[in-house]
Amino acid sequence: MSATLSVSVQRGTDGRRIDRFEVPRQPAQTVLDVVTWIQREADPTLAYRFACRVGMCGSCAMTVNGKPRWTCRTRVETVAPDGCLTLEPLRNMPVVKDLVVDMAPFFAKWTAAHGVFTPRENLGADFAVVPPSSPERRAADAAIECIGCGVCYSACDVVAWRSDYLGPAALNRAWTLVNDVRDGHARERLVAVAGDAGCHACHSHGSCTQHCPKSLSPTASIAGLKRAVLRATLRGEL
Amino acid sequence: MQAHRNHPGWWAALVHRLSGLALAVFLPLHFLALGTALTGADALDRFLDLTASPLVKVAETGIVLALALHLALGLRVLHVEFLPRPERRTRAFVAGCFGISVAATLLFLLNLTA
Repeated sequence: MSATLSVSVQRGTDGRRIDRFEVPRQPAQTVLDVVTWIQREADPTLAYRFACRVGMCGSCAMTVNGKPRWTCRTRVETVAPDGCLTLEPLRNMPVVKDLVVDMAPFFAKWTAAHGVFTPRENLGADFAVVPPSSPERRAADAAIECIGCGVCYSACDVVAWRSDYLGPAALNRAWTLVNDVRDGHARERLVAVAGDAGCHACHSHGSCTQHCPKSLSPTASIAGLKRAVLRATLRGEL
Repeated sequence: MQAHRNHPGWWAALVHRLSGLALAVFLPLHFLALGTALTGADALDRFLDLTASPLVKVAETGIVLALALHLALGLRVLHVEFLPRPERRTRAFVAGCFGISVAATLLFLLNLTA
């Protein structure tokens, strides 16, 4: 193991400028540690984003050696055995500066996919009883741990090909709500995700599932939405 | 190859798409070849004589491989899309699809050389 890492960092907003830094290696060093060292010791103008440092908030997601990842949960030794790191912002989102992206379009698509819980009428005054073993609850459970980091959205080729595609995270969120028996907007949600830019645009490449740091499967959620839309169409509900 | 694409699911999708394109090009030519029978048995026979050439045999083997790959990977897509559980062991599934396709092509080759 060499004493330093050779780190290339994309700077600015247009992706043309790459700055190189030599960063001292430390035991159990994470990629976020590397970015923090660069900002504190080499170039204070470097812009990046982080908050929790322990894999809870998802704000430190970046493209590390070509793959979208949480930098706080990525050890240097696992991604850069040769001592070379390339850091870029997440793909498929406008770059604000350096490694910071604007996530507004990403979350606008959650809204477009009706990713908001809307209680159905006559829900009753008491708590709704949702048995943990019911198929709907289990389907929602499989997808509900998403923290909205944007890694899947960055990994998705379909998002890169068509900018209006709702993307894996928004569709995954919609799938949890389709399975929420307390929700009253099932039909509106299926209409929202059934369009050209919705679940049927997915090519099932599985890049979202491959890169999800929470090991969720947006591919399976989107497949569930496709089946739900088909079922509702056959019943004449859409 | 961009690093984020280098995983079994993406390779499966690429091979599925390319084999589908190969079959889409092959099918009209296949029908055109069969259509020579409309102008008489001699025309079809003359065309079939061409298929004895080694080059056509190689191309035929390629088409069999494309067909087997498209079938196996297509069944995998149906599995991903229609079973209510997320696909586990994607790597093993994709490797299985490739293995079955190569085995089917080898069987075809054995039959050719028999």
